Amino acid sequence: MIDLSEFDFFHPVYLTMALVLGVLVFAHITSYCLVKLNKIKSPEELLLRIKSWWWIIGLLFFSILSGLTASIILIAFISFLALKEYLSIVPTRQSDRRVIFWAYLTIPIQYYLVSINWYGLFNIFIPVYVFLVLSVRMVLTGKNSGFIHSVGVLHWGVMLTVYSVSHVAYLLVLPIGELTDTGFGLMLFLIMMTQLNDVCQYLFGKLLGRRKIIPAVSPNKTWAGFIGGVISITILSGGIGPFLTPMDIQFSVLAGFVIAVTGFFGDVTISSVKRDLQIKDSGQLLPGHGGILDRIDSLMFTAPLFFHFVRYFYA
Amino acid sequence: MHKLNRLIQLLFFAVLVKPLVLIILGLNIRNKKGLPMEGPAVIMANHNSHLDTMVLMSLFPLRKMHKVRPVAAADYFLKNRWMAWFSLKIIGIIPLERTGKADRDTLFNECHDALDKGEILVLFPEGSRGLPDQMSTLKKGVYHLIKDRDDVSAVPIVMNGLGFALPKGEGLLVPVNVDVIVGQAIDHSPNADVFIDSTTKAFTQLKEFCITKQS
Repeated sequence: MIDLSEFDFFHPVYLTMALVLGVLVFAHITSYCLVKLNKIKSPEELLLRIKSWWWIIGLLFFSILSGLTASIILIAFISFLALKEYLSIVPTRQSDRRVIFWAYLTIPIQYYLVSINWYGLFNIFIPVYVFLVLSVRMVLTGKNSGFIHSVGVLHWGVMLTVYSVSHVAYLLVLPIGELTDTGFGLMLFLIMMTQLNDVCQYLFGKLLGRRKIIPAVSPNKTWAGFIGGVISITILSGGIGPFLTPMDIQFSVLAGFVIAVTGFFGDVTISSVKRDLQIKDSGQLLPGHGGILDRIDSLMFTAPLFFHFVRYFYA
Repeated sequence: MHKLNRLIQLLFFAVLVKPLVLIILGLNIRNKKGLPMEGPAVIMANHNSHLDTMVLMSLFPLRKMHKVRPVAAADYFLKNRWMAWFSLKIIGIIPLERTGKADRDTLFNECHDALDKGEILVLFPEGSRGLPDQMSTLKKGVYHLIKDRDDVSAVPIVMNGLGFALPKGEGLLVPVNVDVIVGQAIDHSPNADVFIDSTTKAFTQLKEFCITKQS
């Protein structure tokens, strides 16, 4: 992994981080000016959003600079926040408290498996063993009414917030051929492209959006937004991928396409959850954004798919 | 508050309670501006868990913590020496007789003293930790406490989630986000029944804003 004692500012990961900070400063100044000029409908919201971005990017970069363990812990913590938020907004039974406590315990185990690079167990621990054990633990509470619903809701949430998200962390320990210090680049690439995809789909949708894709789930999702996002992320990935990751230009383009398409589905999946529960935001953790699920909705879909893409073609 | 106790209180809240409330639990606060930051004031909240008091107190900055005084059942919190020391000296509770035998005129003496000193009282008008998601009948204490005081109004707060995180009789804390919905101060009412009625209505309305499905 990257050794801080030989800090090399021109390492692609650091250059990208500097670039991201530059963009953030630019976005901050631009929105500040727009707010001063009264060009924004809800200025408070925009400034809160930028402020939250500083927190998110600050924490992420701090953990990257602190090394592998710190980064795995940060992503484990994100899983914890996401699972907690999920379990807060979905109805469960009071009798499931102890089963839910067990569900939380999957987080340290899953991320420990990441840290020791035990890919086999990492891959099946939650889909197989947690799946079976949580069911049995719930049977032992002796409450039959609502059992199928509860056991399904719980495992789905653990899959989404722990299993899926843990693939972001596994990128860090995935050995690519002879290279071993590629993890941070891949992680940064995945997170950047996923978040930029959200932004691009939103902007294209705002500017050109007419025909809605699935109005019943998300009235803001339009074909123009989706296609605009896919094209811009595909191009952007082709530019950044070869620099930041071990992928060449063709695979970077393909990776960008995979991220843009799956990111869209992650986004609308969480929208569907919120529609079902009749809430607008999943929480208040990130002022201006909503809850953590609102922010990592796309990532929960892009992470496992990008991971398998990289692992299949490069590891 | 004694200087040493104040220091222990600060440490207890800074090191244990605030991180627990903000990280292990996590708050969805609505209308935080409605929270009275300066005393004298009264806060009324629903009661499902021992954590209710901890969450309400951690809404305040550390430098104001000693001004926030939960009014708590004397029979429960003073039942042994250690708990009495902790409740009275560290949390700073005002013990209240709830046996019904106490004289109504002297019952609230300590509460009035605290209000006179500009402190913020926290009361749970349900009287005891009820079942999650079920509001018990409200007691009339808050009405009698503030009826002759023009300087004090009572702000209703509804919390949701703590009855799941740590319900009565459970020792295992299960992390869950907690809604804290701050309402408008209840007007002074001509009699206790009107006051109870307005408060109950306010609680019901505030409950609508909760995101957390777990009670």
